[in-house]
Amino acid sequence: MDFGLSEDQQLLKATVARFLAEQCPTTRVREVMESDTGHDAQLWAGLVELGIASLPVPEEYGGLGSEFLDLSLVAEELGYAATPGPFLGAAMAVIGLVAGDAQELKARWLPETASGGSLGTVAIGEAESVWDPSGLKTSVSDGKLTGRKPLVPYAAVSDFILVGAREGEESGLWLVEAGASGMQIEPLSGNDMTRRLDDVVFNATPAVRVGGPDALARCLDAGLILISADAFGGARRVLEMTRDYSLEREQFGQPIGAFQSYKHQLADIAAEVEPCMALYWYAAHTVDAFPEQTAKHAALAKIRLGEMFNRVAFQCTELHGGIGFTWEYDLQLWFRRALFDKGFLGEAALHCDRVAEMAGW
Amino acid sequence: MNLSYSEEYEAFRREVRAFLDKHWTEADREKAGEAPILAMPRKQTEREAAFRAKAVEAGYLYKSVPRAYGGSEQPFDAFKSTIIVEEFRAAKAPREIPGQGVAMLVPTLVEHGTPEQKQQFIAPTVTGDLVWCQGYSEPGAGSDLASLRTKGELDGDHWIVNGQKIWTSNASEADWMFALVRTEPDAPKHQGITYMLIEMATPGIEVRPLKQLNGGTDFTEVFLENVRVPKNSIVGARGEGWPVSRSTLKHERAFIGGTDYVRKTFDGLVMLAQFTNLRGEPAIKNDTIRTRLVELEARLIAAEFHGKRLLTMSGKKQDTGLAGLITKNATSELQHDLVDLALDIMGDCAALATGEEKAPFSGMFVDAYMWTFALLIGGGTTNIQRNIIAERGLGLPRDPATKR
Ligand SMILES: Cc1cc2nc3c(=O)[nH]c(=O)nc-3n(C[C@H](O)[C@H](O)[C@H](O)COP(=O)(O)OP(=O)(O)OC[C@H]3O[C@@H](n4cnc5c(N)ncnc54)[C@H](O)[C@@H]3O)c2cc1C
Repeated sequence: MDFGLSEDQQLLKATVARFLAEQCPTTRVREVMESDTGHDAQLWAGLVELGIASLPVPEEYGGLGSEFLDLSLVAEELGYAATPGPFLGAAMAVIGLVAGDAQELKARWLPETASGGSLGTVAIGEAESVWDPSGLKTSVSDGKLTGRKPLVPYAAVSDFILVGAREGEESGLWLVEAGASGMQIEPLSGNDMTRRLDDVVFNATPAVRVGGPDALARCLDAGLILISADAFGGARRVLEMTRDYSLEREQFGQPIGAFQSYKHQLADIAAEVEPCMALYWYAAHTVDAFPEQTAKHAALAKIRLGEMFNRVAFQCTELHGGIGFTWEYDLQLWFRRALFDKGFLGEAALHCDRVAEMAGW
Repeated sequence: MNLSYSEEYEAFRREVRAFLDKHWTEADREKAGEAPILAMPRKQTEREAAFRAKAVEAGYLYKSVPRAYGGSEQPFDAFKSTIIVEEFRAAKAPREIPGQGVAMLVPTLVEHGTPEQKQQFIAPTVTGDLVWCQGYSEPGAGSDLASLRTKGELDGDHWIVNGQKIWTSNASEADWMFALVRTEPDAPKHQGITYMLIEMATPGIEVRPLKQLNGGTDFTEVFLENVRVPKNSIVGARGEGWPVSRSTLKHERAFIGGTDYVRKTFDGLVMLAQFTNLRGEPAIKNDTIRTRLVELEARLIAAEFHGKRLLTMSGKKQDTGLAGLITKNATSELQHDLVDLALDIMGDCAALATGEEKAPFSGMFVDAYMWTFALLIGGGTTNIQRNIIAERGLGLPRDPATKR
C-alpha cells in the first residue's frame, strides 16, 4: 500500500509551485484579474511550457497522456497561487474531447490544445443551478444547438466550447467553434475576478457531436475533482497566511498566535483542511484506477472541499481582524475564489442528492 | 410574565399607527422601499427631516435625549420602545438616523458631556446635520485598544494631536470624530487616555479611504499631524477617556447585538427562498433549506425575546450580567449563519458578485455575507467578546496577558 505521490508527481507539483511563486506573485494576479479579459496569454504560455496543457492529452495527439492525479496536483498549486486564467474550463474541455468518440475533432483540436495553440472551455450548467445531465434543456437537432448557459468560464477568449446538451433523449457533448452563428456571449461580474464567467446563449448554432452521456459525465466529474483540488490549494494557502500573520501581529504584548484560543481555532482549521487532501487525491486516483467509483468520489470531494474552503477562508479572514477585510490584503483573493469553487459546477446540496441517489437511498 | 399588552399599550399602539398614517403617507412608504440591511449614515432628505421632527415632537424618537437637545425625553418604557420599532418598521418610516453619532456618541454625551457640549452637538447630530466617525483603532491598537499611541500634548489653549487612526468608518463623510488620544504618557496605559472631539476640517487631518474586501470604501485611515484641538474639546476629565469610551463601546455592542437588522435579513432570506428556483422548484420547498430556515427562525425569535427580556431588566434597573454580554456574539453569529444559508439558496450563483443582475436579488446577499466581518470584527472581535463573557459573565480568571 502506498497512498502517496510518486517522485515524478512530487517533481511536477514542485515545478509548478516554483514557477507560480516566481511568475505569478499576487501582484501579477491582481494585474491580470483587473485586465479586460482576465487572461494573461504570457502566463498561460509559461504554464503550457511546463506541460499543464498536454498532461491530459493522449500521446497519440502530441500530449503526455498522464494520470489524472497529475493534473489535479497542478490544480492544487494553481489554487494555492490564486492563479488567474482559464485552466479549469480548458482542462475540462480537453477531458471531454478525449472521453468522446469524435476522432476528427480529436485530431483537429487536441494537438493544438496540448501545444497551447488553442483554448477550449465548457458550457454545461443551466439556469436554476442545473448541472446534472438529466436536467439539461439545451438541445441539438440537425447539427444546430439551442439553449442558454449562464455560467461559462472564459467563453470570450476560447477557441471552442464543449456544450452539454441533449439530442432527443440522449445527453452528451457538442463542440461549438468561436464566432459560430447564433452565439451570444455576455460577460458576468463574478466574486472571483481571477476566473471569469460569461453568460452564453446559443440560437441554432452549428455544433458537432463530441460524445454521449459517458463523455459528458467524465468531463463533469473531472471538473468536480479539479475544482476540489483548487479549493484544497486555496485552503492550504489561507491557513499558512493566517499562521504567519499570527506569529507577526502582536496585541497585549505578545503574538496573537500565543493566545490559547487562537491556537485552538487554527488547530481546528488545520484538522479540517488536512484530511481533505486525501479526499481529492483518492477521487483523482479513481479516474484511472477505479472509474466506476469516480462519480461518487468526485461529488464527495466537491461537497466537502467546496464548503470547507469557504468556511476556512471566512474564519481565516476573521482571525486577521480589520486587515483581513481590506482589498489590499491578499487574503481576499482566496476568500473570493472560495465563492467560485462553492458555486461553479453546482452547490453542495445538488451533489449530496446525487450521491444519495447513486447509493440507492 | 404577562405578554399581553395592557389597554394602555394597545392605546399607545393605536396612537402610533394614527400618527404614522397621518405623517408618513402611502406614497412615502412606497418611495422608502426596502432600506439596505445595514444602513450607512447619510444626510436626511427634507421629507425625512420633517417627519423625524414630528416624530420627536410626538415622543417617538430619541427618547433618552433631553428635549432641550433635540430629543423627546421620554421615561424609559421597554414596551413602548418595542411598539414604536414595530410600527415604524411596518410603515417603512424613518427611525433614528443610522450611524455612530446617534448610536454611540449621543448616549455618551448624555452621560458624560458638559452642558455646552450637549448644547453644541446633540441636536445637530440627531438631525443628521453632524456626521461623526469613531477614531479608536490604530495600526498597533485593535483588540488591545488601550495600547493606543496617538498622542495629545497641551500647548496653551490647545491640544496638539499627532498619530494615526485606522479602520475609521465613514471618516470621509464625517464632520467630527470622537477619538481616543494618549495625553498622559507616564500614566499606566488605561489611565493616560482622553476622549476628544475633533473637527475633521481642522488642518493637519488627512483621510485616506481604504478599499474593502467587498469592493466598497466605507472605512479609512486617518492621519493626524499637529492637529490643534481646543483644550475643552474633551469628554470627561483628562486621562479619564477609557471609562468614557467603555460607555461608547457598550452602546456599539448593544447596536450590533440588536436584532433589528437580523430580522430584516431573515425576512429578506425568506423572500429569496420564495423567489429563487433550484432545479424547477422554489428553494423554500426544499426540505433541507426549510429545516435550516426554521432553525434560524427559532434562533432569531430567541434573540428577539432575549432583547425584550434585557429591555425589561434594564427598565427595572437590574444588572443584565451574562445575559447582556452575550448579545453581540449571538447576534453576529446568527447574521452570519443567515447569509451563509442565502449563499446556498443562490445555488451556483454564489459565484456571482453583488450587483450582477443575473444573480438572485442582484447578489445583495453576497455583500451581506461579506459585511458580517464588520459585525464579527468591529466593536471588539468575537474572541475578545468571548473573553469578556467568560471573565465577566462566568467569573473565570483573567488571561494573564490581557490583565491590566
Ligand atoms: C468593517 C469594520 C469597521 C470598523 N470601524 C471602526 C471604526 O469606525 N472606528 C474604529 O475605531 N474602529 C473600527 N473598526 C476596527 C475594529 O474595532 C478592530 O478591527 C477590532 O477591534 C480588531 O482589531 P484589529 O483589527 O487590530 O485586530 P487584532 O486585534 O490584531 O486581532 C487579530 C485577531 O486576533 C484575535 N485576538 C486578538 N487578541 C486576542 C486574544 N486576547 N485572544 C484571542 N484572540 C485574540 C482577534 O480576535 C482577531 O481575530 C472597524 C473594523 C471593521 C472590520
